Amino acid sequence: MTFEAAVITFPGSNCDRDMAVAIEKVTGKEPHRLWHGDAELPEKLDFIALPGGFSYGDYLRSGAMAARSPIMRAVVQAAERGVPVLGVCNGFQVLTETGLLPGALMRNASQNFICRTVELIVENNQTLFTSGYEAGEVIHIPVAHHDGNYFADDVTLDRLECEGRVAFRYAQPINGSRRDIAGVLNAQGNVLGMMPHPERAIEDVLGSSDGLRLFESAVGALIDA
Amino acid sequence: MKVRVLVRLKPGVLDPQGRAVHHSLEGLGFNGVEDVRIGRVIEMDVADNTSDETLDDMCRKLLANMVIEDYSIEKLDQVEPA
Repeated sequence: MTFEAAVITFPGSNCDRDMAVAIEKVTGKEPHRLWHGDAELPEKLDFIALPGGFSYGDYLRSGAMAARSPIMRAVVQAAERGVPVLGVCNGFQVLTETGLLPGALMRNASQNFICRTVELIVENNQTLFTSGYEAGEVIHIPVAHHDGNYFADDVTLDRLECEGRVAFRYAQPINGSRRDIAGVLNAQGNVLGMMPHPERAIEDVLGSSDGLRLFESAVGALIDA
Repeated sequence: MKVRVLVRLKPGVLDPQGRAVHHSLEGLGFNGVEDVRIGRVIEMDVADNTSDETLDDMCRKLLANMVIEDYSIEKLDQVEPA
C-alpha cells in the first residue's frame, strides 16, 4: 500500500523540510506539502505532521494564530475522524491551541531558549507512535524551544497519567514543565504533541537516531492495520 | 466603540517573565516589590452594537488561552479626551 502523509507549513515554520525528510525515509514516499491557507486535505491521508518553527512569528501566543488558520479546521476534523496527527515543538503548541490536546505551553521557567539534546523517558510504549520503544527506555532527542513549559491543572494531569497519555517525560527537569511532561496524547491516542524533535534524530551522524523509531512505529502500525 | 481587553495569567500559574522583571527591579534598587505579573492589553475598535456575548466569545476563542489565562473587558468612553 502507499502511505499518504502530509506536512503542513505555516508562515514561519522552519522544521517542515526535516519533517518531510524523516517521513520519506520511513515511507519511501514524499509526503504532501500543504500550506496554511489550504482549506482541504487530500482525500486519502494516513498521517499528518505539524512541524516546528515560529508560525506567524508567535504573535499573540505560540501557535495561537496557526491554530485558527484554514488548514487547521481540516486537520481538526481529520484528527476527530481518527487520522494520526503528530505535532512537534510549534506543532505541539498549535495542537494545544486548537484544543485537540489538553494544557498549554508557556515560556520556559528559566526564560532561556533551550537548544540541546536531552534524555527522554518513554512513559507509554503502547501507543501508535511509541510501539518501537521499550517502556521506560531512555532516548536522546534534541529540543529547541522558548515556550516548552507544559502546564495543565492537577485534575487534568492526574487524568493524563491515569489514562497513559503521557508519552514522554524529560529524564531531568529542563523547562519547568509540570511533572516533566515532554509529550502527550489525546484520549483516542491518535494525536501526539511533543516538544522534542524526533525528526532531528534520524541518523547517527546527526547525534542520535532515536527519533527514527517514532516514525517507524507510526508507519508500521498503520501499514499493518 | 473602543474596547480594552486585559489578559492575565490565572492566579497560581507561574509567570517566569514577571519573576525576571521582579528580579531586575530589585537589581535596580527598588525595594519592597512583593510580586510582578505580566499581562497583555488588547485594544479594539468594534461596531457599537457589538454584544457583550460576542466580546466574550472573541476572548474565549482567540484573545485569551483559557487554560492559563483570565481576561477582563473594559468599554472605554467613546469620546477620548484630546
